[in-house]
Amino acid sequence: MEELVEKLKKEIIEQLNLEEIEPDDIDPATPLFDEGLGLDSIDALELIVLLEKEYGQKIEDPKKGKEILYSVNTIAEFIRKNS
Amino acid sequence: MNKVYIVADNIISSLGFSSEENYNNLVCGNCGINIVDDQNLSVEPVPVSLVKNQRLAEEWSVVPAIEDYTRFEQLLIISVKKTLAQTNVNVKDRSTLIVISTTKGNIDLIDPGKSDLFPKERIHLWSAASVINQYFENPNDPVILSNACISGVMALNIAADFIRMGKYENVIVAGADVLSKFIISGFQSFMSLSSAACRPFDKKRSGLTLGEGAGCIILSSSANKNERMNITIEGGGSHNDANHISGPSREGEGAYLSIKSALKEAVLTSGDIDYISAHGTATPYNDEMESVALDRHGLNNIPVNSYKGFWGHTLGAAGIIESVAAILSMRKNILIPSVGYEEHGVSKELNVIKRIAEKNLNYVLKIASGFGGNNGAIIFKKYLNGDND
Amino acid sequence: MEITISKYIKIENNTIWLNGEKVFSAGPDTDFGTFMKVLYRRYAVKYLKFFKMDNLSKLGFLASEILLAGQGLVKHYPNDKIGVFLSNSNSTLDIDQQYYDLIKDSDNYFPSPALFVYTLPNIMIGEICIKNKFRGESATFIMKEYDPNITVDYIKNLFLQNKIKVCIAGFVDYTKDNYDAFLYLAENTELLNGIAHNAENINNLYYQRE
Repeated sequence: MEELVEKLKKEIIEQLNLEEIEPDDIDPATPLFDEGLGLDSIDALELIVLLEKEYGQKIEDPKKGKEILYSVNTIAEFIRKNS
Repeated sequence: MNKVYIVADNIISSLGFSSEENYNNLVCGNCGINIVDDQNLSVEPVPVSLVKNQRLAEEWSVVPAIEDYTRFEQLLIISVKKTLAQTNVNVKDRSTLIVISTTKGNIDLIDPGKSDLFPKERIHLWSAASVINQYFENPNDPVILSNACISGVMALNIAADFIRMGKYENVIVAGADVLSKFIISGFQSFMSLSSAACRPFDKKRSGLTLGEGAGCIILSSSANKNERMNITIEGGGSHNDANHISGPSREGEGAYLSIKSALKEAVLTSGDIDYISAHGTATPYNDEMESVALDRHGLNNIPVNSYKGFWGHTLGAAGIIESVAAILSMRKNILIPSVGYEEHGVSKELNVIKRIAEKNLNYVLKIASGFGGNNGAIIFKKYLNGDND
Repeated sequence: MEITISKYIKIENNTIWLNGEKVFSAGPDTDFGTFMKVLYRRYAVKYLKFFKMDNLSKLGFLASEILLAGQGLVKHYPNDKIGVFLSNSNSTLDIDQQYYDLIKDSDNYFPSPALFVYTLPNIMIGEICIKNKFRGESATFIMKEYDPNITVDYIKNLFLQNKIKVCIAGFVDYTKDNYDAFLYLAENTELLNGIAHNAENINNLYYQRE
């Protein structure tokens, strides 16, 4: 789990072009959107692409996506449960 | 300042190749949206509104042309040709300008399987536009506007300004976009497509439906003297939300300001508007935003519809073909139902047209919004014979 | 009414000219991405959205930031009267190709919304408006080469109709082989050293070299 969280942090930074942010700056429990990293709706859609591309996990329902993409921890939990 | 008269128009869509043919289908409630299973367009079946290939081939076969033209160019040439045929406007004269509205033009040529068929530069919007200009032997450089989903409304407003200023006597405003995997996949990646025909302003709306088509409106500084009535452009406006590149402002700020500017230029108040042709894409956010903007102007009781349930979102053509439909409604004093609307699904009260009805329509407002935070508004007025000054 | 150009900027060949004067130059070996980052660190305030933009928007955004530095437009003018009018030749073909590469292969099909949104040339204007809270008229014109004759009367008319009180306008273009940004600030005031807003003057500024 720890390993997955660290891997996800790096992937999120790269996928979302979060320049000037280091993996250590991301608290895996903090909400990714609004506060936290200040991500927006396009970032959410990009994270859905990331999950499909790297982990083969499809999120069809944007509403469910909101819960899954809440934080790095919730994403890691989703991947662990579904693989 | 010159008045701006609308002297001719055309719509090409899944519902036909003339304004009348399209209008008759709108009045009958015929929808041009079908689920299409075509790997060249989409990896999964998708509801879209397509111009029928066979009909296009038939229409094109009677167009004199010695060169090859892309689908996008064919649609524009046919649309402009059919519109010009209704007038005495001399397209070869310096006093006539062509304005082209599109989002992606010949983007389908990006596919290596298609790009060899045409000169490489043809994928450029300026190249496609100059091909149209050359076809009609217009001596002026074409003006090309590419402003996402408000391109058509913006093109009409800018063309109207050219007439008001006296820069040109006639302006041919033509808009088109054709559907391709490029465009469809992009909207799919935004999860903004509905799984069935879109349902603007409805509670169950779940996204937009894409369409293709072309439209043309010829603006002139002189009225059609023989007509029983004339339609003019009285005002317009375009304001940015300054909020987000893909999501509309929740307060509908840009749309609100655009309507305000258009009313001010037309020297009208919101109480003068008889009917509103909304953008109504049927995405949850767009329709909600429009309801907020209309509410802020107290336009809640004015009949409003969206044509997107008939022929989808035709992108660079949308502002033009929807304006033509609104103008035809004015000419005939008919309110066309907003197809797909059953149960009210936006937070503000709106008078969304459910049943076909007659109403005297003298002032009509058309609005549009799009990616980039763009919003546009335009107001049309009807003059009956004898009113002309 | 006299509409005057009060300030202008040109970015080309890794060099910035402000009001005709060379103010910064990076070596000819600096690639575009690095050059943009250098300019961001030198001229822009912290704005993390910058790194999400495509190259065309980055170029337009930075040119506007440098042009507008110290101007305080939103303090001096109502924000719904501040216009942005950009012309462009290659539209978004660079990002179009990048996006197409993501969808052309059905076995490796991952369309990216963050790329797709930049396949519209007016997004660059959206970025400038969002950063500066400009809510006025705006438009993107496409033309083979920059020709202010197409836009100058339209802009002038917006001033005359009081639809705008100030605007930034010009030409911003990007391909993977070349780029070019030219922006000017036009205001509805007679300025001591202002340049009259007409096509001839704009062309001279655009083609001006040291």
